[in-house]
Amino acid sequence: MKKWLHPGLWLTLAILLVISIWPILTRDAALRERTFTILLAIVMASSLNIILGYTGYVSFGHVVFYGLGGYMGVYAIDKWGWPLPAGVLLGGLTAGLLAFLLGRAILRLRGAYFALVTIGINEAMRTFVSNFQPFGASTGIELHFSVYKPYGGAAEALWLTYYLVVALSLINILLSYWVRQSKLGLGLMAIREDEDAAEVMGVVAPQYKTLAYVLSAILPGMLGVLFFFKNGTVEPKDAFRLHFSIEAIVMVMLGGQGTVLGPLVGAWGYQRLRGLLLTTNWKIAGLAIKDFQLVIAGILLLLIVLFVPAGLVGWLQQKFSKLRRVLI
Amino acid sequence: MSLNTLLSSIIDGLLIGSVYGIAAMGLTLIWGVMHVINLSHGPVMALGMFGVYLLFTGLGLNPYLALLLVALLGLLLGILIYFIAIQRVIDAPHLSTLLATFSVNMIIIGLGTSIFSTSPRDTGFTLGRIVIGGITIQNTRLVAAVITLLVTGGLYLFLYRTRPGKYVRAVANNRAAAELMGIFSSRVLALSFGIGTMLASIAGGLIATFFSFTILSGSTYELKSFIIGVLGGLGNPLGALLGGVILGLMEGIFPLFMTNTWVPVIEFVFFVLILLIRPSGLLGGKS
Repeated sequence: MKKWLHPGLWLTLAILLVISIWPILTRDAALRERTFTILLAIVMASSLNIILGYTGYVSFGHVVFYGLGGYMGVYAIDKWGWPLPAGVLLGGLTAGLLAFLLGRAILRLRGAYFALVTIGINEAMRTFVSNFQPFGASTGIELHFSVYKPYGGAAEALWLTYYLVVALSLINILLSYWVRQSKLGLGLMAIREDEDAAEVMGVVAPQYKTLAYVLSAILPGMLGVLFFFKNGTVEPKDAFRLHFSIEAIVMVMLGGQGTVLGPLVGAWGYQRLRGLLLTTNWKIAGLAIKDFQLVIAGILLLLIVLFVPAGLVGWLQQKFSKLRRVLI
Repeated sequence: MSLNTLLSSIIDGLLIGSVYGIAAMGLTLIWGVMHVINLSHGPVMALGMFGVYLLFTGLGLNPYLALLLVALLGLLLGILIYFIAIQRVIDAPHLSTLLATFSVNMIIIGLGTSIFSTSPRDTGFTLGRIVIGGITIQNTRLVAAVITLLVTGGLYLFLYRTRPGKYVRAVANNRAAAELMGIFSSRVLALSFGIGTMLASIAGGLIATFFSFTILSGSTYELKSFIIGVLGGLGNPLGALLGGVILGLMEGIFPLFMTNTWVPVIEFVFFVLILLIRPSGLLGGKS
């Protein structure tokens, strides 16, 4: 029980609650939409962190779980008339199963080869779904308006998806913390530092890695269902957008890989910055800022990679050793 | 389906595949020398396309002359990218170099879209076509294939017959030992990266002479380069040319037997399978 008393966990949960509770208190729909994208990013980044931060395997294809899970859930809701929670569970299950089946095979590859194969899997899945008739091929699935009826209409359904995404991010933080504190987490971090040495010391690397991969896949699968249910449509190019995966990596790096708080801070910071750049109307040399938000994000990423590779939380931990007691 | 259709598709596949091949050659050279997957390869190809397009439509320069200038700029750009983004993290874990090159990708794409927008461009350049016994070949593609062979030959002469080329091979082989022999490895690495991006910009420039493109087109060709690089064995430049031809043939022949949109599915599944079964590539190469 004692391990659940770590102040770092409570600090992280408190930050998450502060972020997510405002829209509920004010009933402000615009604020809810903004917060939804932040929570979406938090779940993507924090789940990616399990395989990327704790285990040290660079996955560029994390979005494949989000996309495939989303498709399965939306399909079940649309074609079989399943209720939303069941669809969400199905999405998570599908993503977890995919990770389990892939895991044993692809986690043998290390370093850049692993990164390349995850890109390949995402692209293979995207092009396959673009041809797969039951999923509507390249036009995707469009939810009929009547699916929102049982939840009290579209407006209420949006609130429901918001509550569910808040729940999902809470679960994600708890999962991330549990993994980090457990024997599994210790094994994963040993693998990250030196996989061969870890195996010699008795870490059963293939099983540990596969478990980490499955754990990191389930939540994005559920998240996909929520997003595309809210969105009303799901298309291959949105569901399997490679860029979204890479943005999730940037968020993890920004906040600090291998920490519980880092991905949350990184996701929040990245989404706020993006929103700010997209809505600013300044001009530099005749070009509007919002046109080159990608340039600014790129420069920022480069500076972080070159000078603060540990991310914000990691940097704080290194600089101020006392903070290690409250930041995790 | 007539024999002529099949033959045309095969020839087209061979010609276009060789252009894919030199793009992949750049990628695989960079990997072979410094173990960096260059995620800014696609945008550099797109810059090559725009370079040829702008010099041709703006200044009326012959596209093949423009290509020389584009190649030089590609070389300089690569050296610049190396010193700014890569040198500092060259010995860091893979994630750092992947993200450093990806940030360059974001910067180029961001600048490119704000300057050129994402609307499609076409040079409208043509050299006519030749018809041999019912088989039609676009001359631009023929010239492009000849240029890729010249570039490949040039690269081999450089790597095997010149002193800087030997330095490149020495550093690829064992950087620490090369440094002990008095080779300035950072200059050699910068040069290698520059040559890699030069090949990307040449491939982009050649593609612009026969296909229309946007600033975002590079990412499609970058993915093709990954497939080809893995097919030929990462780190093996000649394997990349062969891999390119194989991919070109697949793209030429498969659409005759199935719906066009299934071809990339097969390509990517193939890519994943090769990585899983033989990560060193079908055609050998350094693992």
